[in-house]
Amino acid sequence: MSSTTIALSDAPARPFTLRLHEWVITVDHKRLGTLYVLYALVFLLVGGLEAAIMRWQLVRPRNDFVSPEVFNRMFTMHGTTMIFFVAMPLVFGFANYLVPLMIGARDMAFPRLNAFSFWMSALGGLFLYFSFLGGDGLYGAGSAPDVGWFAYAPLTAKTFSVGHSTDFWTLSLLSSGIGSIGTAVNIIATILCLRCPGMTLGKMPLLVWLNLVMAVLVIFAVSPLSAAQLMLLVDRYLGGHFFDTQAGGSAVIWMHFFWIFGHPEVYVLVLPAFAFASEIIPVFSRKAIFGYPVMVLATIAIGFIGMSVWAHHMFTVGMSAGANTFFVLSTMAIAVPTGIKIFNWLATMWGGKIRLSTPMLFCVAFLFQFLIAGLTGVTLAVAPLDWQLGNSYYVVAHFHYVIVGGILFTAFGAFYYWFPKVTGKMCNETLGKLHFWLFFIGFHLTFDFMHVPGILGMPRRIYTYEPGRGWDIWNLIVSVGALFQAAGILVFAFNLIWSYLRGKEAGNDPWDAWTLEWSTSSPPPVYNYAVIPSVRSRRPLWDLKHPEDPDWRYE
Amino acid sequence: MFVLVTVAAIFVVVLSLLVYAVVKFRSKVRDDPSEPPQIYGSTQVELAWTIIPILIVVALFLASARVIASVQKAAKPPGSIEVIVTGHQYWWEYRFPDLKVVTANELHVPLSDPAHPTPTFLTLLSADTDHSFWIPRLGGKTDLIPNHPNRTWIDPHEAGLFLGQCAQYCGTQHAKMLLRVYVQTREDFDRWITEQQQPAVTGASPAGQRVFESTACVNCHTISGTTARGRFGPDLTHIMSRETIAAGAAANTYEMLRLWIKNPDAIKHGSKMPAMGLNDQDLDAVTAYMETLR
Repeated sequence: MSSTTIALSDAPARPFTLRLHEWVITVDHKRLGTLYVLYALVFLLVGGLEAAIMRWQLVRPRNDFVSPEVFNRMFTMHGTTMIFFVAMPLVFGFANYLVPLMIGARDMAFPRLNAFSFWMSALGGLFLYFSFLGGDGLYGAGSAPDVGWFAYAPLTAKTFSVGHSTDFWTLSLLSSGIGSIGTAVNIIATILCLRCPGMTLGKMPLLVWLNLVMAVLVIFAVSPLSAAQLMLLVDRYLGGHFFDTQAGGSAVIWMHFFWIFGHPEVYVLVLPAFAFASEIIPVFSRKAIFGYPVMVLATIAIGFIGMSVWAHHMFTVGMSAGANTFFVLSTMAIAVPTGIKIFNWLATMWGGKIRLSTPMLFCVAFLFQFLIAGLTGVTLAVAPLDWQLGNSYYVVAHFHYVIVGGILFTAFGAFYYWFPKVTGKMCNETLGKLHFWLFFIGFHLTFDFMHVPGILGMPRRIYTYEPGRGWDIWNLIVSVGALFQAAGILVFAFNLIWSYLRGKEAGNDPWDAWTLEWSTSSPPPVYNYAVIPSVRSRRPLWDLKHPEDPDWRYE
Repeated sequence: MFVLVTVAAIFVVVLSLLVYAVVKFRSKVRDDPSEPPQIYGSTQVELAWTIIPILIVVALFLASARVIASVQKAAKPPGSIEVIVTGHQYWWEYRFPDLKVVTANELHVPLSDPAHPTPTFLTLLSADTDHSFWIPRLGGKTDLIPNHPNRTWIDPHEAGLFLGQCAQYCGTQHAKMLLRVYVQTREDFDRWITEQQQPAVTGASPAGQRVFESTACVNCHTISGTTARGRFGPDLTHIMSRETIAAGAAANTYEMLRLWIKNPDAIKHGSKMPAMGLNDQDLDAVTAYMETLR
């Protein structure tokens, strides 16, 4: 053990290339988790830039800041980037870093599979962005994919999408899909096999439970997506006719394949967001999570129901009344377990001593915003309303409410909460609050007002619009909000770098928290725990800190 | 409405609980070392907030199931109009099969009297990629998908012009695939139909007609009663009866028509209409010919 300590303290003296090489060949779950998260942050800036270009184009009617081709590439790249190369790596990064620490393990079950999965995902991002150079193949300049992030057939057929931009899109999703499935298998195996003594399934932190269900969903969701990508490749290069409508193929089949992936994917992203909230809210309310068993059951229910709701993305496709009715019911049903979760978080805060530090601020905003996102979701679940609002800016506002207002807000909370563990330094609290308020104001300016043009009939994915439809002022406000969000993100990025270099020392347990990761040093050593811990309750550190009133008496 | 009221009520209740919790239970003393009482859950309370949402969901579901059935299984009353709508990149083709009328982009339908409804039933087809037919103030959207014919209907109770546009991303100029629906009184509608049923005016502009018929125009456009039989682009038999060109992207004036024939990209970059490369003399002649097609 002492030799490891010496090696670590020598670290800055080694040449940069050697240290870089160590990061490239690493199989350590903490380093891979960090790589995932850094990778996501880079793409967050890229995807944000693409959004900014779109908002600038839409700031007034008949604007000609970019051509329709460029605009179409921007929304395709923005959607694909944000889902596959920001949200997914963030989720996997945090899961990679936290799950082994929280269950008292020394690494993931398959460290090399872990590294392979990360690099496959990374390759996917490179494929996608290489299209800017190579999208048109040998003739002409490059062009990024412009078929929309759900790439409905037959727009992806050779007839309508010449060149190679769609191929890069396909390869990108195939490659990152392999990475996602690998990581999902790894997370499941780790949670089922590597828990420390005493940690039964019923004593795992909620974050671990939620990531377990998330990983199962990834396997069920990403597999059909990958299959569909292969079928599309067969169509484009081997003369297949799965989605080639000119030869009798079916455009609707692609929609089913895509949304069988696409909707569980929402839960793949939102369950980890719930996971962050389920760890942060109790600690900053100073109370145990309210109704742990019900929280676990609600998670599993969301997992199951979440796999049977996909066709609510297809209410306008012309399904039978019976099918539409079924998907209305299944979609609304998911509101029940989600509602239970919101009530249980509220009950956790109820009667507590709430500390509104930055992580908690983001979680409170999440509760507020996720409530709205859920309720606008219920309105969209009503098929007759969806016929009116589907594919309009109302939908765009709704799912950004889920993904930004729900997922990104809790992810920011998670950054501030676990940054001290990962780096050993505290994040600057003043900058954190500035980030919160800038982003909060920007978020609401953009996405509250984005509902309105949707209700007024503005469809999504249009690069320009005619004046006189009553959409102008709303689009202006939405674009102004984007400026605030961009400022918030810059403050955030600056805060991470500044705190990493200059932040004050965190110590092992700066938040006075209760899960295992706070019992080891910050940052944790390569082996995580010198002695594998053993636990008797869901809050092992509470038991240590309150030997007179330990949790295991009540569980 | 029922849905919106329910949703708003839930919002108000839960939001007040959240605000109350944050304000009331915020830690007053900095670095207060004591911990609040630990409560691990309560079966009764949790049952309550499971069962009440289930009841709300059942109510909302029944309400929407009823509407779905009434819309999708609507009977077709006598006197209703049949239209076949075909989506093209990036324009709309309308065929009235019973009335033998073909037109583009601007749909005329009769006003429907609630006592004796004459709704318009639309069969939705696509010639190329997916599109979606959406006139927000006349009804919800329904997609046009190749190999997948869809049906929908509108039952307008108010005369006037209703705007909409393609609501499913269909390619470069998805944004300028605009829709105009003119709801007319029965007399006006019948007059419009009679006009549209006439064959095209011929002989009024022989020079322009000769240019039109001797160039590639005829490959894509139909002008009834002439040799122009193309179906890739809009039917031009009565183009002057329309207020806009290029699927609503420009007003139907002499200047715009001429510009559209000369350089379509200037009006709608990425449209499938090619620049015809005509000299100024031919351009004037063809535009003048278009102006005779009333």
